[in-house]
Amino acid sequence: MSRTRVTCTINGDPAEFLCEDDQSLLDALRDVVGLMGVKEGCATGDCGACSVILDGRLTCSCLVFVPEAEGATIETVEGMAGPDGLHPLQETFLEGAALQCGICTPGFLVAGKALLDRNPDPTEEEVRYAIAGNLCRCTGYDKIVRSILDAADRMEEAVPAT
Amino acid sequence: MTVTATPSYKWVGTRPVRHDGLEKVTGRARYGADLNLPGMLIGAVLRSPHPHARILSIDTSAAEAMEGVRAVVTGADFPILESEQGGSGEEYVDFRDLCHNVMARDKVLYEGHALAAVAATSRREALAALAAIKVDYEVLPHVIDVDRAMAPDAPILHEDMITEGVDPVPDEPSNVASRYVIDRGDIEKGFAEADVIVEREFVTQPVHQGYIEPHAVVADVGQDGKATVFCSSQGHFMVRSFTALLLGWEPSRVKVIPAEIGGGFGGKTTVYVEPVATRLSQKAGRPVKIVMTRDEVFRATGPTSGSKIRLKVGATSDGKLTAVEGSMAYQAGAFKGSPVSLGCMCAFAPYSVENVLLEGLDVVVNMPKVAAYRAPGAPMASFASETLLDEVAEQLGMDPLEFRLRNAAEEGVRAVYGPIFKRIGFIETVEAVRDHPHYSIELGPNQGRGVASGFWFNFGGSSSATVHINEDGTASVLTGSPDIGGSRASMALMAAEELGIDVYDISPIVSDTESVGYTDVTGGSRVTHATGMAVIDACRNVVADLRARAAMVWDVDVEEVEWVDGRAQHVSGDRAPMTTKDLAIDAAGTGGPITSSAAVNARGAGAAFSTQVCDVEVDPETGAVKILRYTTAQDAGRAIHPSYVEGQMQGGVAQGIGWALNEEYIFDDGGTMENAGFLDYRMPVASDLPMIDTVIVEVPNPGHPYGVRGVGEVGIVPPMAAVANAIHDATGLRLSELPMSPVKVLAAIGANGG
Repeated sequence: MSRTRVTCTINGDPAEFLCEDDQSLLDALRDVVGLMGVKEGCATGDCGACSVILDGRLTCSCLVFVPEAEGATIETVEGMAGPDGLHPLQETFLEGAALQCGICTPGFLVAGKALLDRNPDPTEEEVRYAIAGNLCRCTGYDKIVRSILDAADRMEEAVPAT
Repeated sequence: MTVTATPSYKWVGTRPVRHDGLEKVTGRARYGADLNLPGMLIGAVLRSPHPHARILSIDTSAAEAMEGVRAVVTGADFPILESEQGGSGEEYVDFRDLCHNVMARDKVLYEGHALAAVAATSRREALAALAAIKVDYEVLPHVIDVDRAMAPDAPILHEDMITEGVDPVPDEPSNVASRYVIDRGDIEKGFAEADVIVEREFVTQPVHQGYIEPHAVVADVGQDGKATVFCSSQGHFMVRSFTALLLGWEPSRVKVIPAEIGGGFGGKTTVYVEPVATRLSQKAGRPVKIVMTRDEVFRATGPTSGSKIRLKVGATSDGKLTAVEGSMAYQAGAFKGSPVSLGCMCAFAPYSVENVLLEGLDVVVNMPKVAAYRAPGAPMASFASETLLDEVAEQLGMDPLEFRLRNAAEEGVRAVYGPIFKRIGFIETVEAVRDHPHYSIELGPNQGRGVASGFWFNFGGSSSATVHINEDGTASVLTGSPDIGGSRASMALMAAEELGIDVYDISPIVSDTESVGYTDVTGGSRVTHATGMAVIDACRNVVADLRARAAMVWDVDVEEVEWVDGRAQHVSGDRAPMTTKDLAIDAAGTGGPITSSAAVNARGAGAAFSTQVCDVEVDPETGAVKILRYTTAQDAGRAIHPSYVEGQMQGGVAQGIGWALNEEYIFDDGGTMENAGFLDYRMPVASDLPMIDTVIVEVPNPGHPYGVRGVGEVGIVPPMAAVANAIHDATGLRLSELPMSPVKVLAAIGANGG
């Protein structure tokens, strides 16, 4: 089968790789690029474990064919922490015990970031709807919702008042 | 909120960040599907499209001839095992059934039953090879409903299945594998004493554990014939012994490296693809990876039983239970072994009842063999019993919590299932809910409140631990228990408490099958209890060793050395204390490295109880039930890491709410599962649920040094009845079928003239 060259930006780095035309972005990120933090729970867009931010939008990478990512900017959980430390969401998830088994955690962190990027001060209900595309079977969501709200508070405090 | 009555610990009861947390929030943690090896092949499994059929022939020649195919296996590649009971810890398995479940032989017994597998150079090639395998089936009539499976003219799954536990022994085979009975006291006398008698029938459907991580394995059989298996499971020693057995090998030929596990809830306490990948690897001489699809997970693993339950309860006018009687039939799936006996034991276990007659029937049907699911067998039975108790309390005009308190089991009471309870905290959980502000919040129109309680045995079992003191005075704690929800943190906390060093100076490690002693599966809510005891014992050995070394250095009797806050102190106080680090640096001079192992077969697990209150609002136009508020009180004995105790309580409630309102296996007339995906098998999402308030009750378990009781399972037992009782309070309707989906609720409202 012929392969297609894809050029995109992943977590801020330029990336270029070959893929099969019908390969999902999920499979390419995991098996070609090696970003195993992107998880497969269903491959049908129902669980959110494979969530990435694609050109600023929260997306199930299992529902995207790789050629569609040509020229795109992709953010995964691997890009959330930087040289200055963890993203506030990662900190509050750890402190708030928002993970048990942890398989859904990368997807929730990415979904939480997508929310806070566009709405820095969400209500509990807004958080619940923003992560309604992500399944967690361990926690009952209580500590996940609290941790996202805590991260929003922490980020607000970190921004100097204007 | 924690209700506690206890000594103070330095570390136990605190909430440190879990040691494996950083890897899990940065995407670095490796789960079952996250390993790729050089030269690795991709395996795929051929599964039956029929729920019941005879396999007349399997022709794999075309598949074997395909360019990318490196190995093909069928049932003929695996030994047929004799009927023999084996254990994985909490549950028992018949190895003959297991070998037939992993790879079908003469018959396929459910849609999704594996009957061949291939390993190829890509998934595309593997799937093409599956399509090239020709199977000739003789399709047989199938049966999934328990009543129909027990009917005289039902299709028989196993021609040699004679019902056990029945006298006289039946002449003919049937689908009833066994009959279990609890018969205590005088049931007729009990009902004669009753002023109120309530009887009802209940129906529940199979539900799946719903872990987000599908089963995944990489098996690599070397030229020496030894296998290395990397997979996620609830017990890598179980995977080792089951895989070896199913291949006809000794266990030591298999080394299992535990991946992180992405949820299990009981569903990963057995093997499916692990022996298959191992045999494929052996044939191909290359590593083989198999990752199930979600569709395969639904069609071929788990679920837990659907059930038909009839129960009858009698009580006096002053609210004293006099008799309980009934029958429960559980779907076992294609092979015997439903948790129906556990359902019989658990249904009324929170109460003191003298007259009991309960029958449990284990019924084989053409759906996947059921697997353990969080307090296996108890939730459906308690849905029935706790709904009936609510009805009795209502007829007596009594508060449902007061009714429970009047009948509550406590220390010294003989449990419905036989033993006499030691110190338990059931009453405390009821009181915690009664006294919680939630219980007196005013309700609005179409709103209702329900309560329910639940019991789970908890399990102890075999665990090993090894503790090494490193040369910088820190400690490594090795155990064989997969960390399914924060247990590394609990192990570290207990080790920190014993050794007297900082919890972050402990490195808790889940070791492979060659690096730590045998350990039972992570199941039965046993890890913090039993593996924790092994850790505590190993730490106490280390502390004894450290004291002896200090005594040697000081040239004093060891009895004169105390271990306080991680330091050796001389009782007279005239020697400078020595820290763990001081002693570790000089370990070579005092006898060599400081290390110790311990192993336990824990017997004193200590029963767990939970009482919960739920507020709902029922939409009379649509039948939709919204959970408004939820509070759960549970006896943890001692909460080692309260955040993860709360997490277990909340997670159990969320799964129970899904079971109550939405989740079910739906089969079409042909026996095909119609909703094998997360879109149609509807598990709760964040917008379905409120915050779930927790009250940790701490009534110490006398069977553990810190009083730990298992906390993982009991939380899922009460929710179905709590929700049903709340719906009753809101609508006046008694619903007796799960799930209480909008369609059913609306139909019930309509039938009631609403």
